[in-house]
Amino acid sequence: MPVIELEGLHKRYGDQVALAGIDLVVRAGEIVCLLGPNGAGKTTTVEIAEGYRLADGGQARVFGLDPHRDRTQIAKRSGIMLQSTELHSQIRVSEAVQLFAAFYSRPLAVPALLERVGLERVADRSYRSLSGGERARLQLALALVGRPELLILDEPTAAMDAAARRDTWALLAGLRSQGAAVLLTTHLIDEAERLADRVAIVDRGRLVAAGTPTELRQTVNRGAAADKSDVSSRREVRLELSLPLDDARVAALRTLPGLSSVRFARPGVYILGTTSVGELLVSLATWLWAIGREPQSIQLTGASLEEVFLRLTGEEATDHGANQADSAAVEASIRTDEPPTE
Amino acid sequence: MIRQLDWRAFGAMTRLELLLATRRLENLFVTLALPAVVLIFLAIGPVLPADGPEGRVGIAVAVVLTVALMATGLVSLAIATAYERGYGVLKRLRGSPLPVTALLGAKAVAVLVTFAVQIVLVGLLAMVLGWSPRDGPVTAIATAAPWLMLGALCFCALGLLLAGLLRPEAVLAAANGLFVVAVLLGGVVIPVDQLPGPLGLAVSILPPALVAELLRDTLGGSTANGLHAAMLSAWTTGLITAAATTFRTEP
Repeated sequence: MPVIELEGLHKRYGDQVALAGIDLVVRAGEIVCLLGPNGAGKTTTVEIAEGYRLADGGQARVFGLDPHRDRTQIAKRSGIMLQSTELHSQIRVSEAVQLFAAFYSRPLAVPALLERVGLERVADRSYRSLSGGERARLQLALALVGRPELLILDEPTAAMDAAARRDTWALLAGLRSQGAAVLLTTHLIDEAERLADRVAIVDRGRLVAAGTPTELRQTVNRGAAADKSDVSSRREVRLELSLPLDDARVAALRTLPGLSSVRFARPGVYILGTTSVGELLVSLATWLWAIGREPQSIQLTGASLEEVFLRLTGEEATDHGANQADSAAVEASIRTDEPPTE
Repeated sequence: MIRQLDWRAFGAMTRLELLLATRRLENLFVTLALPAVVLIFLAIGPVLPADGPEGRVGIAVAVVLTVALMATGLVSLAIATAYERGYGVLKRLRGSPLPVTALLGAKAVAVLVTFAVQIVLVGLLAMVLGWSPRDGPVTAIATAAPWLMLGALCFCALGLLLAGLLRPEAVLAAANGLFVVAVLLGGVVIPVDQLPGPLGLAVSILPPALVAELLRDTLGGSTANGLHAAMLSAWTTGLITAAATTFRTEP
């Protein structure tokens, strides 16, 4: 039996449709990432699974129970991290974890847990004095202290630095191997790519794709191949510059020998389609040298999960007759490395 | 029947509530230091009339206990709860296995302990200042106990009503503002009959004046005024209903 089963979830806030039919299953021993731009409906989805919100339509089941009605029963077997939540400013780190430990029947030992999440040195500090990353780790500790069979984490690593993020990934992978089910939302594509057994991409309240990271990449590669007559030799080059090119330079870029298409991933990042990689690399390198621009990186790629994400969530926006210069802005706004702006 | 585990959760939550109450210094100032200062000021200064059977200190005790109940229920509880709601603490706790009843119970215990400390503190200080009710201080407090409880409920309900409706910053302003106005112009320090006519009439049916009157009567050995008791009961019932129906744990 799946741990989480969401079927056809619909949710409106007034006139605004937040969810327009979300289906999702999370089983024991797997990590499922809900990936999507800000405002896509990720938080609404997980808050329905956590019992905080009621869906207007569809059905949600957690451990086979109703997440709203049976929330206390479900809470005993699960741990959560909310997207924006604080604790009492005067509470000390160890006190907060001790408090939550008292809510569960078989809690973890607090000192060991603090060490596991890297908070042992700040155990006696008050919540108020913690950095954003430390606060996030404390929330993670509160989610873990009850030995949960299910973790629902809403952007758990958004406030963490790179090291804490890697620690958290390792920790979650460890829990997965012990049989825990993990549902986490993220707007970080590499987080989904590294951690997830399955990724569900949501955009404007709809599930636009779901599958393993590999399956998603294959889908997009097939789709891209179908666009072009010359499928066999089609490759892509990802060019990253420290500063975006201006319009005149982009126009010049398009005329390079060997180049068949240009797409804008985000400011300064260009996906160049080619049927002749060698020719393009030579002309591109020569051109960059001529205009005096040092590339940050030039990579030969198939479709990455980043592209899957951009295509699936960006395509609709570019279909409205927008030219490519505009679509760069659209895609840049869909890219969600920026902090949430909702 | 509450199970073993829930008692453990309740115990841990209660300990934390009490611990946090002692760490909020501004909280200790308004709940403990302020009533003590007001008591000394009223007992020694010429604000209150010195005549009457209970004397100046006797009236001051009734006034200061009313101030203390408001400080805890309307100010301290309202502001703490508003911040817990606004910063998502209540939401996070609601997503844990802690039963709502255990959370409410823990807060009730913390508030009751605060009231008890306030009453003991005010009582002892008043005795030092010469308070000697006819049947002794303990009997006087015991006689007034039902009205202390009802007043406490009333001000806590008002505090929680504010905390559930407004943003934390707005609760901070509203609770402190209401508190100051109620103490000065609400028929608490200055008796209702010394306020200008229409104002006196208006505030005489509001909870601060009603609590102050009921405490003055019962601490002084008289029986409670039935009309005052009925009006305060109505206010308390209404405020509890309003708080219970509007309270949200979501920020």
